[in-house]
Amino acid sequence: MSANMVAVLYLLSALLFIFALRGLSHPESSRLGNIFGIVGMVIAIITTLMFKSVLSYAEIGAAIIIGGAIGTFIALRIEMTALPQLVAAFHSLVGIAAVFVAAAAFYDPASFGIGNFGSIGTSSLVEMSIGTFIGAITFSGSILAFGKLQGTVSGKPIVFKFQHTINALILLFIVALIVMFVINQSPTIFWSIVIVSIILGFLVVIPIGGADMPVVVSMLNSYSGWAACGIGFTLSNNLLIITGALVGASGAILSYIMSKGMNRSIISVVLGGFGGEQAASSSSDNSDKVVKQGNAEDAAYIMKNADSVIIVPGYGMAVAQAQHALREMGDILKKEGINVRYAIHPVAGRMPGHMNVLLAEANVPYEEVLELDEINHDFPMTEVSFVIGANDVTNPAAKTDETSPIYGMPILDVEKSQTVLFVKRSMATGYSGVDNELFYRDNTTMLFGDAKKMCEDIVKSLG
Amino acid sequence: MEAHSSEVFVIGLTVFFLACIIGYYVVWSVTPALHSPLMGVTNAISSVIIVGAILAAGPIGHDISKIFGIIGLVLASINIFGGFIVTYRMLSMFKKKPKKEKKD
Repeated sequence: MSANMVAVLYLLSALLFIFALRGLSHPESSRLGNIFGIVGMVIAIITTLMFKSVLSYAEIGAAIIIGGAIGTFIALRIEMTALPQLVAAFHSLVGIAAVFVAAAAFYDPASFGIGNFGSIGTSSLVEMSIGTFIGAITFSGSILAFGKLQGTVSGKPIVFKFQHTINALILLFIVALIVMFVINQSPTIFWSIVIVSIILGFLVVIPIGGADMPVVVSMLNSYSGWAACGIGFTLSNNLLIITGALVGASGAILSYIMSKGMNRSIISVVLGGFGGEQAASSSSDNSDKVVKQGNAEDAAYIMKNADSVIIVPGYGMAVAQAQHALREMGDILKKEGINVRYAIHPVAGRMPGHMNVLLAEANVPYEEVLELDEINHDFPMTEVSFVIGANDVTNPAAKTDETSPIYGMPILDVEKSQTVLFVKRSMATGYSGVDNELFYRDNTTMLFGDAKKMCEDIVKSLG
Repeated sequence: MEAHSSEVFVIGLTVFFLACIIGYYVVWSVTPALHSPLMGVTNAISSVIIVGAILAAGPIGHDISKIFGIIGLVLASINIFGGFIVTYRMLSMFKKKPKKEKKD
């Protein structure tokens, strides 16, 4: 196959990837988009297999079958509530794959047309080391993010003294290593870059925890794209550069949206350390205030007599796997002629769009699921807000209390509705460690218990 | 052999910036409800890095770079299959359901 033919097929593949993302602008076009993505990938793989230098089809076929079987098995079995972990794990694979490809290019540059071992061009070396560096960071950062989301590692942010200084010094050290690598092309230095970058990846994610996880997951998504880009530059492969840039941009935009959802700069999230210790805010004297408690029958009665109900789900709903019971509750209310809608905060859950997927899984029509901007002005006209598993995203202190760590964060104005029903396991604070004054308001009724059990009980009481 | 001249780099850079701009506009047009599938699909396509792994694993023989290539191939394949399938699963949940529910 001629070089031009290859370039054209790679271009076609890149265009299909762009259409794959474009398809996600609407749920109806999204499945076609996914098919575009698959076709693009098949074209990219087959085109590469046609290269003159590619001969060992048996090994390549076996590797793809093994990897494909593992990937298929995992993807078919995973629970939708565990999506954030899965995505983090997948990001780590992209990262480490980038490192392996860079290593292969380093040891056998001739296969990639970038010179011979020991005499690789300077720009290739720089690109190779940058790809390796980003790939290794993505790898270890994603592993740690996976551990935090899965619960194998404490989800609490871990902060220690001189954290940022240490990270900065390590980064400088890596730059020095890259300079040395470019000069002497030594394998030892190549692997040193890998190892030190892996350490840096851990250190970057360690101070981030809890509600900041959506930002981390998006950020690592972005990194995995830049890693592919770095490899694309190394191999002078436009397909890799384009795809890497698309993914990098996508992750970066998601990170931006997520940090905006928390009114924090990406920088401050990256530097981390949010929510570790109890925040010293003015709400610490809430201990003597009383909360109004209710049970499932009360909740059923209140909602049955309402005209409109807005349900505000959060991560707690995912943890309790309450989405199906919740949808059943919503269905019964709808049959009673009640206007039931769902309000999703941008940072609800542990990854962007997490709640939307869970509600879709439970067969909630997507037209009933609205974003913060779309529904926030409707709360004053709403009789009941049903908050389930969310906390910080409803805390009015974000609007009023300048000393609060979550001050300035856009919140769902549930307190403006006539009645707030708040499903919660206990009086514990949210991930930000901030007490929620909403609990003590007159129009709030607390429903203590497991989110799933509570929804089931309400369904029983309604029926 | 200086196949990797500065000219090649500049072309790559041009492609890179244009792709970033396309990415910027395309991703902003993605509806927030589909941000999770977006991550799934970007994860799958970022494994296009498999192209590099195939080139490394391609030659006959058993040198170290071939082994790296094969490892890269397995890892990238996990991602490609896993990423597209999990995205497919998510997207089929967003399918419009027929209005009638099974039990009443």
